[in-house]
Amino acid sequence: MPNNSSESIASHAEPRRSEAGMLASVTRWRRKIGEPIIELCIRLSGILVVVFVFLIFLFLLRDSLSLFRQYPLRRFLFGTAWLPISEPPQFGVVPLLLGSIYVTLGAIVICVPLGVGSAMFIAEVAPKHLKNVLKSLVEILASIPSVVLGFLGIIWLAPVLRNTFHLSTGMCGLTGSLLLAFMALPTIISISEDALISVPRTYREAAFGLGATRWQTLWRIVLPSASSGILAAVMLGIGRVVGETMVVLMVTGNAPVIPRSLLQPLRTLTATIAGEMGETVGGSDHYYALFAVGLVLFAITFTINLVADLFLRRARK
Amino acid sequence: MNGAKLRQQIAFSVLGAITLLIVVPIILVILYIIINGAGSITWQFLTQAPRNGMKAGGIFPAIVGTILLVVGTMLFALPLGVLSAIYLVEYARDDLFTRMIKLSVVNLSGIPSIVYGLFGFTAFVLLLHFGTSLLAGSLTLGIMSLPVIITASKEALESVPLTYREISLSLGATKWQTIRYCVLPYAIPGILTGTVLSLSRAAGETAPILFTVAAFYLPRLPHSAFDQVMALPYHLYVIATQVPNIPLSISFATALVLIALVFLMNLVSIILRAHYRKKRLW
Amino acid sequence: MVSEPVIKTVHLDCFFGAHQVLRNINLEIPANEILGIIGPANSGKTTFLRALNRLNYLHRTYSQSGEILLDGRDIRQISDNLLRKKIGIIFALPQVLPVSILDNVAYGPKVHGVTNKETLARTVEEALKRAYLWEEVKDRLQEPAVRLSGGQQQRLCIARTLAVGPQVILYDEPCSGLDPISTAKVEDAMQQLKADYTQILVTNNTKQASRVSERCAFFLMGELVEIGPTHDLFTYPQDKRTDDYITGRFG
Repeated sequence: MPNNSSESIASHAEPRRSEAGMLASVTRWRRKIGEPIIELCIRLSGILVVVFVFLIFLFLLRDSLSLFRQYPLRRFLFGTAWLPISEPPQFGVVPLLLGSIYVTLGAIVICVPLGVGSAMFIAEVAPKHLKNVLKSLVEILASIPSVVLGFLGIIWLAPVLRNTFHLSTGMCGLTGSLLLAFMALPTIISISEDALISVPRTYREAAFGLGATRWQTLWRIVLPSASSGILAAVMLGIGRVVGETMVVLMVTGNAPVIPRSLLQPLRTLTATIAGEMGETVGGSDHYYALFAVGLVLFAITFTINLVADLFLRRARK
Repeated sequence: MNGAKLRQQIAFSVLGAITLLIVVPIILVILYIIINGAGSITWQFLTQAPRNGMKAGGIFPAIVGTILLVVGTMLFALPLGVLSAIYLVEYARDDLFTRMIKLSVVNLSGIPSIVYGLFGFTAFVLLLHFGTSLLAGSLTLGIMSLPVIITASKEALESVPLTYREISLSLGATKWQTIRYCVLPYAIPGILTGTVLSLSRAAGETAPILFTVAAFYLPRLPHSAFDQVMALPYHLYVIATQVPNIPLSISFATALVLIALVFLMNLVSIILRAHYRKKRLW
Repeated sequence: MVSEPVIKTVHLDCFFGAHQVLRNINLEIPANEILGIIGPANSGKTTFLRALNRLNYLHRTYSQSGEILLDGRDIRQISDNLLRKKIGIIFALPQVLPVSILDNVAYGPKVHGVTNKETLARTVEEALKRAYLWEEVKDRLQEPAVRLSGGQQQRLCIARTLAVGPQVILYDEPCSGLDPISTAKVEDAMQQLKADYTQILVTNNTKQASRVSERCAFFLMGELVEIGPTHDLFTYPQDKRTDDYITGRFG
């Protein structure tokens, strides 16, 4: 007889009293005070993420402005010499910018065809077990710390390139480009592969239905449909390459001159900051100049990421 | 039709060759480091401080330093990342502020590591007077790890069925109780997987710790969060570029230990994922 | 037989965004009644049900005007948590949490602050007995609830709702996915619960409404077309639209 043993289920005969009775005081305390505090923390965390981006930008801007009070912005942006410890010092960012652009272009020319090609292979050609092995290998590559690749660049790749191209030193742009291409591959492969496999099955079936081969379907239907995602992959790959520090610091020869080819030593934006920060005096123009370089870097990667995000959004639609 | 088939054969072979061109170097790199480094890894190497201008001895302080950095990074980034993800998934409305958070996450993930280093240096080392320290380095690496942790947590939270939230709310649970008991428990595997992955990246990073934490040579363990520490990636950078005449075997062994540590963390993340996937009931 | 209605709605209008889903609903439901609500798809039955315990507000575009009274008290004066504790709901498809049978039922009491193990155990046992599930599960309370059959899961959901001590139980097409035997068991449980609870049953199945409910309301396109004793409504519908619906001419 369930009706008679109902005292354990809170009776609703006296609703007003049971409100207070069933809600044990601990629970009421938690709901009234504990939960608002937790929800406040949650909101604050969300705010903090935005604050961090702002702060990063703000600190870079603040210290950059300290430079521009002493050293004209125009000469920084268009100056063709980076001579921070000569007298008077020159902080022209052009050589560093060109260094970054050269190395990045070199890397992209190598890694985009390789990355997209292997993404096509992994997504469309490889049988399932091979696919898993390949994806794990790409993940392994993604997790190799850049300093390790830089080390291998110094002791192995640079000498090989020097001998191959008969250079005076193997520490040059090309070494950097090759290693950076290698490092950007996981980003390009995984995002391109996502883009390829998210092309609706119906597209493929329609093409097969018309008698197209798998290759024709892939080349004429799937690849164009995935183009937004693949462009996003390329942009994110570029972002990765532009921002990479240790490899270029270790293998590109660190010559802050306007490069004429990838076969000579050069110096990127990132490597300049990493290489010179330790030797500057806090509050000197040189010190502030490095923040200005950081600001340029921030602006470049910010733009690249915005564009990539735009492509990704379009891909999702 | 035969021509088309032939073209397909050729195209697929080319794609296969390209993939091979990527895969073979990956395997070679790993093997190269293992073969050259494994011989020098001894118990002494793992448990002693460097001696004789780093030309002898071991890398114990660097191993400990890296582990401490990873722990510090996690203590800072995990709660912050998970709470932000909870905000985005459970609380955020589709308004300007939410879009700003999402944009910030995207941009944080794209900021170069060296810029994090610069920021950490001005903000934590100088402005907050933490000095070059474990604390400053952990905070810097923590902010850098945030976007990956947030993205992974967000996906994990979103994959929890909406019905769980509805059940809980319909029984009179509060929003936070619902999140705490009916959402988080099922999102934790995904959150952990993403966290461990991002921490493994942090463990291998050099640029953010160049000016915020890393000691060139410090043959003792830190006493507090305000101490400098040695770190494996920075140590490898130093012995590979700054100190002449270091035996290559020491560099290789250091690289191998670093890679092993990072792979181990990746492995943990994979095992976690597999373990929970097997256990889950929905 | 004049008694204060447990639930009363006055000029209730419900909107999702600009779309009006319910128009001017005026209803009174006395204690211990089983009210059936029938009507074709998209007639606003479910929205009405979910308006009663404010679950509609989980949709961000939702808004409503008019009054809903519980025991003569405007539900806006009651916190969501307390309101939902008093007005429980059973969803269309059995929805269990991926935890054990015991933890499913104990979840509600726990979030309302019951920590004492014995009290919890007693509450769970009591609730399962009332939902006619106890005999089937008493030896495997620690098993995952998802291993139960669909019908058992739905009765588990009823037990879970009972365990928080509600006053009103809402059923949103509770048997839509169940076989006839499981359906009969759920209906049996509802009949037994009549003594202590006010129940509202939304159903697509007019036969179920006629079997279970005492009074029945017919909703069509957001309007309450007709309400009356179930037998009368099915035998002599006052409105032609009701007649059309129950004789199967549309819907």
